[in-house]
Amino acid sequence: MTFANMLNITSSPALSILIWIVLFLLALYFARRPFHQAIMSFSKIIRNALRLTAAAVLSAEQRLVLRNREVLMAAGLENAERKVEREFDRIAAAVTRDLDGYPNVHRQLSEVIIKLDEDYTTSADVPPSLPNWMPIIESIAKIEHSGDSMVANMLAEINRSLTEQNKKAIEDYRNSTAARHGILNKMMPFWRKVQKSLESISGTIDNIKKRAKTVDRTINEYEKIRTGSDESARALSTSALTQFAIAGLVLLIAIGGALINFNLIALPMSEMVGGASYIGPFKTSDVAGLVIILVELTMGLFLMESLRITRLFPIIGAMDDKMRHRMIIVTFTLLAILAGVESALAFMRDRIAHDMEVLRQTLAGAEQMGLPPSIIPTVGQMVLGFILPFALAFVAIPLEMFVASARTVLGAGAAWLLRLMAFLLRLLGNIGFYLGRFIVNVYDLAIFPAIWLEGIIMATRGKKVDLPEAGDPEESQLVEEAVDSYDETIQIKEQQE
Amino acid sequence: MKKLFAIALVVCILMAGCTDTKSRSTGVYMLLDTSGTYAVELKKAQLILNYLLGVLAPGDTLAVARIDTGSFSEKDIVAKVTFDERPSVANNQKRAFMQQLETFVTSVKGSPYTDISGGILQAIEYLNEAESGKKYILIFSDLKEELAKGYKRDIPFQLPDYNVIALNVTKLRGDNMDPKEYLTRVDDWRSKVEKGGGEWGMINDLERLDNIFAN
Repeated sequence: MTFANMLNITSSPALSILIWIVLFLLALYFARRPFHQAIMSFSKIIRNALRLTAAAVLSAEQRLVLRNREVLMAAGLENAERKVEREFDRIAAAVTRDLDGYPNVHRQLSEVIIKLDEDYTTSADVPPSLPNWMPIIESIAKIEHSGDSMVANMLAEINRSLTEQNKKAIEDYRNSTAARHGILNKMMPFWRKVQKSLESISGTIDNIKKRAKTVDRTINEYEKIRTGSDESARALSTSALTQFAIAGLVLLIAIGGALINFNLIALPMSEMVGGASYIGPFKTSDVAGLVIILVELTMGLFLMESLRITRLFPIIGAMDDKMRHRMIIVTFTLLAILAGVESALAFMRDRIAHDMEVLRQTLAGAEQMGLPPSIIPTVGQMVLGFILPFALAFVAIPLEMFVASARTVLGAGAAWLLRLMAFLLRLLGNIGFYLGRFIVNVYDLAIFPAIWLEGIIMATRGKKVDLPEAGDPEESQLVEEAVDSYDETIQIKEQQE
Repeated sequence: MKKLFAIALVVCILMAGCTDTKSRSTGVYMLLDTSGTYAVELKKAQLILNYLLGVLAPGDTLAVARIDTGSFSEKDIVAKVTFDERPSVANNQKRAFMQQLETFVTSVKGSPYTDISGGILQAIEYLNEAESGKKYILIFSDLKEELAKGYKRDIPFQLPDYNVIALNVTKLRGDNMDPKEYLTRVDDWRSKVEKGGGEWGMINDLERLDNIFAN
């Protein structure tokens, strides 16, 4: 039936249109409830499906967060262990260095103290005293004489003897005191020696005390991390972010160095492996140059591992010291050889570049102009070629930091993405649900004359208008609750179990 | 360490197995018109060849042949070289090549006829043998073909994967009077090349030589 035929069901097209509108509204009115139910069911399917997915994503995010926390704590514990281990190593070194000779110091001190004791004993000798009869003579000398010359002479003689004895006693006393002072003077260096030895021991003990304090502090940190406190988790997380940024920056610098290194050896490598062959889309000479740089990096990595500076390969760190020392020698030798090779390649590069330049000038018909070639760029390139491999060896340190912190940072990033995804899923679910309601309301708006008439008819009959709600009364509360959050999902799962 | 050596060995074997020299090399065959008054233009050709020597890399092939009465002949190849893979050796080859060209340009004698088609056929044969990845035929000529009596060149060219570039196509006296002749001549060559499956190009300004390898 064409549109023209539809307008011809009555003689008046306007009447025909009116009839068709009425019929259409009636059809929509009768289809209203099933349409509402279909739309609402569909919108709920969308919402519940998306919210369930969101809950699953949130659950995954929670698991990831837990794993991240475990990784973070494990890294923090390992770091604290390393710190404690390092402090103990330092203490051991200090003890070995300073207190290893303590028995010797102790013996020296004992000897010096014995000597001092002897000297002290010697210096403590009592000075010679006056003879015992001196007070008697002194008493006699003080007797008043009556003028008898004989008595006077005798008393004068006694007085002279007494004076002489007194002088002698004073002289002896002075000599004795001088001798004791001499002994005490000789004791001074020994005292100083004792003082120096004791100061040295005191310094060592102070150093050990400081180390012990550091160990205490680190052990406290270790304890905090072990208990898994939020404070330590936050501190470790911030530390990991900082380490990630710094290590990333240093790695970028290292990549720059590697590129310069590559440019130094790519051209001369074509002299060795040919400049016209390709491996896939890459020149063989370029690949060979890259391989040399990567081998240098690997050697640097092994060297750092052997020196126990990094711990990317636990098997190397766990080797016995003899084997480790051998590995240090081997890797260092290989690195030195490669550095020598690079230096030679840098020299060759300079020669080839110069030859090419001369050829270009010849082809261009230009005469050789300017200063004669200087040796400085050649030497500079050679030195650079020799130093860069060793410099690249230290990449192992930021690389280890980067790898360790990347686990935390990437984990946090992934958790954030999952949270965002969960939010978007919930948002989409809600949009889908309210879109369904919106469609239902628009449907009702389109057939409002029929609903209006229904209202009038129902009012005349004294009945309440049955306006169907957009929501479904038989909706499952379980599903609503289950998708609200991760915790609730877990609770409901437990109830179901 | 044994493992390291084993890995290095495998890498070396792979490198040896995967190397591919021919398909990425460039082969250039330059035809020099030595007929009549055009012989005086050869100094320009020398400049172009110097440019090519500067641009071509180790592993590439370069040949120079002259266009004379009968150009479909190996005897017309003035100089040819496939550059060594080592840059230093390739540089020495370039110097020697330049010397050969110098000798040719100073001693060349003009030919009475111009067999361009024969030269192109010879170029195709040479570059096919060289198995270069990218093939270029450069025609340094006014494109006016004049065949001697008895020479037949009505063979269609087989030029898939070829770039044919006309260089320094000078206008003849007649062209100035009737430019249509010049345009027809160029169009004829273009259609011949394109019918053979090749790409056609023309560079008259020698300042734009870098357009030779634009394709």
